[in-house]
Amino acid sequence: MKALRQYLDKIKPQFQKGGKLEKFHSTFDAFETFLFVPDTVTSRGSHIRDGMDLKRTMVTVIIALLPALLFGMWNVGYHHYLMTGTESTLLQNFWFGFLKVLPLIVVSYGVGLGIEFIFAQIKGHEVNEGFLVSGMLIPMVMPVDAPLWMVAVSTAFAVVFGKEVFGGTGMNIFNPALLARAFMFFAYPAQITGDKIWVAGMTKAQTVADGFSGATPLSYAAQDHVAKITEQWSMTDLFFGFLPGSIGETSKFAILIGAAYLIITGIGSWRIMLSTVLGGISMALIFNAVGLNDYMKISPLQHLLMGGFMFGAIFMATDPVSASQTNRGKWIYGFLVGMFGIMIRVFNPAYPEGMMLAILLMNAFAPLIDHYVVQANISKRLKRVKSIVVTQAK
Amino acid sequence: MAETILIKNGLDIQLAGEAGKTLTEYKPALFAIKPTDFQGVFPRLIVKEGDLVKAGSPLFYNKFNDRIQFTSPVSGTVKEVRRGEKRVLLEVIIESDGKFESESFSPGDPLKLSREEIVQNLLKSGAWAGIRQRPYTIVADPGIKPKAVFVSAFDTHPLAPDYDFILKGSEKAFQTGLDALSRLTDGKVHLSVHAAKTTSEAFLKAKNVSLHYFSGPHPSGNIGTQIAHIDPINKGEYVFVLRPQEVVTIGRLFLEGVYNPERILALTGSEVSNPVYVKTLQGANIGDLIRKNVTNKAVRIISGNVLTGNTLDQNGFAGFYEAQITVIPEGKYHEFLGWVTPGLNKLSVSRTFFSWLMPGKKYQLDTNMHGGHRAHVMTGVFENYFGWNILPMQLIKACQTEDIDMMENLGIYEVDEEDFALCEFVDTSKTEIQTIIRNGINLIQKEMS
Repeated sequence: MKALRQYLDKIKPQFQKGGKLEKFHSTFDAFETFLFVPDTVTSRGSHIRDGMDLKRTMVTVIIALLPALLFGMWNVGYHHYLMTGTESTLLQNFWFGFLKVLPLIVVSYGVGLGIEFIFAQIKGHEVNEGFLVSGMLIPMVMPVDAPLWMVAVSTAFAVVFGKEVFGGTGMNIFNPALLARAFMFFAYPAQITGDKIWVAGMTKAQTVADGFSGATPLSYAAQDHVAKITEQWSMTDLFFGFLPGSIGETSKFAILIGAAYLIITGIGSWRIMLSTVLGGISMALIFNAVGLNDYMKISPLQHLLMGGFMFGAIFMATDPVSASQTNRGKWIYGFLVGMFGIMIRVFNPAYPEGMMLAILLMNAFAPLIDHYVVQANISKRLKRVKSIVVTQAK
Repeated sequence: MAETILIKNGLDIQLAGEAGKTLTEYKPALFAIKPTDFQGVFPRLIVKEGDLVKAGSPLFYNKFNDRIQFTSPVSGTVKEVRRGEKRVLLEVIIESDGKFESESFSPGDPLKLSREEIVQNLLKSGAWAGIRQRPYTIVADPGIKPKAVFVSAFDTHPLAPDYDFILKGSEKAFQTGLDALSRLTDGKVHLSVHAAKTTSEAFLKAKNVSLHYFSGPHPSGNIGTQIAHIDPINKGEYVFVLRPQEVVTIGRLFLEGVYNPERILALTGSEVSNPVYVKTLQGANIGDLIRKNVTNKAVRIISGNVLTGNTLDQNGFAGFYEAQITVIPEGKYHEFLGWVTPGLNKLSVSRTFFSWLMPGKKYQLDTNMHGGHRAHVMTGVFENYFGWNILPMQLIKACQTEDIDMMENLGIYEVDEEDFALCEFVDTSKTEIQTIIRNGINLIQKEMS
């Protein structure tokens, strides 16, 4: 480590003002601070600081995502071999999935971080760590066979129009990973809809094993074949994730492990997670009461276990920058995300997954919710003054 | 008997180096009054180098309010008037003659004197400087009548001194001081104690005060927190705030007719070999204390506590309002992949370091920032470390954008930067929050004057 540190100290002057490579200052900083925590000491204000920084926050979220990612990789292989009708071991499933998912991750990080580095250099800032998480989230919400160039374009759109034009990390209105997904959804609809896209290799397959359908529970529901959901999968299947879907969303069990880690470490907002689930349950119950068609009769528990609801509730809605920032606001925001997520699913078969749109919609309204919470705090303070004026007048 | 006010949000930072309950005398040769200790004071020198002074002799006065003057803590000669860049007055240094004589002031029972006589006495002796006002946390304006006076009998900052111990022997002076303060306002003198920890009868049996019991972690000892829970400040209202030793100085003035700014300082911190309490006077030079007690050369010497104190150099002088000196190691080092290590020696309120599994641990923290400055990202964190129902993040942003209306609405009149010190400590984005808040307060003060 000493040798590494000495080497960095030796080449550092070249990247600073007046050096030959001054243009690549931000890039050098990014790599240097990746390897070594800076030796800055406190100069104003508090003399000691918490050991936590944004890099560690992002790493914590990535650790929380790992169970869902690893299961997703295995699941990709599992369903692929189910489709081809071949026998496969656990390791074979995982290896197949790993090879399929790795390129998506590489493209997502490569394109995203590349653009971030360029922007940071142009603006003269340090590279911010925000994309460390978004870069992992993007592959997890894509279908596994998504063409790499489409993933690249979607990521570029999300980073440029979702983050950089607003001022970078901490300034964005919308969740960047969801913007990538939404871009993919609206720009390349053929690749993102249908029954075949969720199982690796199915769109190109010549033959498919008898009785195999690559449909997800949501596609069945959208096609008005609600009964088929319970025929094909038990609740345990849905909970542990033995069904097709995007890479991260299938195993609610793995997602909950991640959620527990986020809550224990204090990084993830339990308020948003809980209120989203409550909102979804409430909407499902309302639909149950109305009961006009089969879709409305699906139980709240089944709604939670289908599609990307849980993944969205735990990892997407909780993005601190795009969600509501006040504690009370988070309850309202999460509840509405849950409600709209279920509502869009049931009402509109053209959008089988309502969660993505519900979160993006509430991202836009989050500042408004905060505004009213702040107003409430302000009026409490003003009321105190008024009551004093009144008592003095008496 | 008032009920206990429980402060739910906050954090007690457990550091190594708590001062042991022994008292040693410490009378250095040099003392100084630093104009930089007083917010909003533009000093006009009255003395020059070589002048002879006694305790209570005026050194400089405030150009913005010339009734307020700042006096020498000891008798002796004015040794040096230290200036900084642009001739800013940094320190007025007095070389003590070892006699500790004071100018004479007329003693008297404050309960029998008029308000104006009390104010005059305080101003003339320089003891008035011990009284600060909120909002703005500046030396109190003698022309205004505050709605109340607040004294906090306990300090919850890391390694803070124990005022029960400090006040031993000064109980009568403390009560006299409280009596004097009670005459300055038409409202009450609120004395806040810790429900479990405060034991001194000087506090618990104080007269002419309204006693309040607090419990919970830091910032329960902060005057700002106490004010907010007892009688919050609204726009246009003023309160006076003091710490116990300032009250004792006032009390001595009326009891004995002398200006005697005796101070007991707690010498604390992990780098101090023998952390104890020292009995000295206000503005003492700490050079000898450091030389005898600290061997590590790469240290940060702080006048005050680690959250709100000011940096001193090896030959600095204790701050006017401070009752402790903290010495911690400097943290100027690179840590390889520090942001993924288990970090058993790091303190964090996030439970991402394994140190949270050791609840009774006393930390040896250094001054390393542990990361670079970033935009605000995490939300919902500051609310857990703020003493009352202010929206901290929103107020910080209002100060950053200099949105005066929003600052007023969100409670800028109620806060001081020390109320945000814990938020600054836990901030993942390493924002300089206390500086931002102080700039915001100064901006409001300028707008309102």
